[in-house]
Amino acid sequence: MSDTQTPARGETWLAALGGKAPRLPGYPRSVQVADFEIGGRAARLIAVVPDASSTFPRARNGEVGLLEGWSLAQAVHEAIAADRDAPEKRAIIAIVDTPSQAYGRREEAFGIHQALASAAAAYATARLQGHPVIALLVGKAMSGAFLAHGYQANRILALADPGVQVHAMGKEAAARITLRSVEDLEAFAATVPPMAYDIDSYATLGLLWRTIPVQHAAAPTPTDLSTVLAALHDALADIDADPHRDLRGRLGGENRGASRQVRAVLASQWQG
Amino acid sequence: MTRAALLSRESFVELGARARAQALLDPGTFRELAGPFDGLTSPWLKRQGVVPQGDDGVVVALGTIDGHPTVVLAIEGAFQGGSLGEVGGAKIAGALELAAEDNRRGVPTRAVILFETGGVRLQEANLGLASIAEVHAAIVDLRRYQPVIGVIAGQVGCFGGMSIAAGLCSELVVTREARLGLNGPAVIEQEAGIAEYDSRDRPFIWSFTGGEQRFATGLADRFVNDDTTAIRDVVAELIARPPRSAHRSERYTDYLRRLGRYDASKQPTPDAVRDLLGDQT
Repeated sequence: MSDTQTPARGETWLAALGGKAPRLPGYPRSVQVADFEIGGRAARLIAVVPDASSTFPRARNGEVGLLEGWSLAQAVHEAIAADRDAPEKRAIIAIVDTPSQAYGRREEAFGIHQALASAAAAYATARLQGHPVIALLVGKAMSGAFLAHGYQANRILALADPGVQVHAMGKEAAARITLRSVEDLEAFAATVPPMAYDIDSYATLGLLWRTIPVQHAAAPTPTDLSTVLAALHDALADIDADPHRDLRGRLGGENRGASRQVRAVLASQWQG
Repeated sequence: MTRAALLSRESFVELGARARAQALLDPGTFRELAGPFDGLTSPWLKRQGVVPQGDDGVVVALGTIDGHPTVVLAIEGAFQGGSLGEVGGAKIAGALELAAEDNRRGVPTRAVILFETGGVRLQEANLGLASIAEVHAAIVDLRRYQPVIGVIAGQVGCFGGMSIAAGLCSELVVTREARLGLNGPAVIEQEAGIAEYDSRDRPFIWSFTGGEQRFATGLADRFVNDDTTAIRDVVAELIARPPRSAHRSERYTDYLRRLGRYDASKQPTPDAVRDLLGDQT
């Protein structure tokens, strides 16, 4: 997938937020994990980062591949296990900057879908067991990579920056699959909000809890860091005050009317 | 199968989504919810010149299987490649959410998902992706109470975000016609080149992602013939079980250990994958 932005935002933000916290051992270089505290609350930061020396050639640019999927599950499950008897579960913060899932023969052969399922299930389980789970979008959040790393969070936060993008597929491949030109695809993206690639259109879908204005998304200033820490703190308080551990908070967006209508019809017909 | 057996069986693969759901549920118990006359069509397709369908390609059917309350979610592969948009995704996620609510109130509703899908409907891109995330959340919630059974019969197969959903199911049933993979062959070829993945080489595609290989490598739990009675019987057997205490998606230690034995400088053969992932004891 073509990419003009520097692909190291995830690593940059993990280092900025985590301060001096060491990277936990036992993970591949492409999965960085650090424990820190935010407002007196224990929290685990998790980021998928590029590893140019990965033995998997299709997963060297920050893609979520086989090792990354299973290792994300490990990072989350180890936090769940460590806090099993703790009165307060640590927060889990997924720092999202993933250009895509890994596209390759090795990946399909060994069941990359199962690796990504493992990661998604781990985040969902952590949320159901009372860990506040937050996704912080600092770069691209694409497709299967985002499903595995971030989309199961209680709250999704995004930097308000053109380099932050959410989508189901890169433009060239999406054009091929839907039998359109890239130009046609871009024309539709301008008028059909769920097809757009930019974060402002995405915000109209109601999936984001908050967008965070920053000066330098790729190289945060001290002000940026304190702004993001404050937003994370607010999100934790909002999760703690919420009696529900599910994803219903995402259904209120102006462009999600059909999602609400379908659920209302199902609920009214369910009992017969 | 013998010639006589082939001639006497009723194909499940050849059935549409609604007929598949009817075939699984006990006779006379099928009740469709949010059906084609409830006015729930995609709000996004028309403005892109695509004709919407009354059920948006997903059938939600409540009934019983051997007396157990069950919701069957059947995806229609013939409509837009079984792709999930906002409405179809909300039908699956919403029904699974209600099944979990049933269990919290003491009603032991199970779920069966009939996968026949390329994943996200690209014309509804981000809302398809979001609804698939909600399907994932609902499966992980419901499988704590009751089995969630996935079936991939063919011919579309199961790809994209819905392959992740298949990986979350308590049990996964496949046929020889099934394919299961994260990325569709054409997308891999587009992204990685024809030397990496030739989307027109069907034997190659099936050798890695076909139902027989997925069963042999432990990524599916049951391998059945394309026979409606056989598929119904397997689903009925699996759905009567207590919920699983451990799921395939929790076995990260085992899979990472196995992957550690693979020399990723070489492309694998289907046999090499069987050597590494087979023998799931």
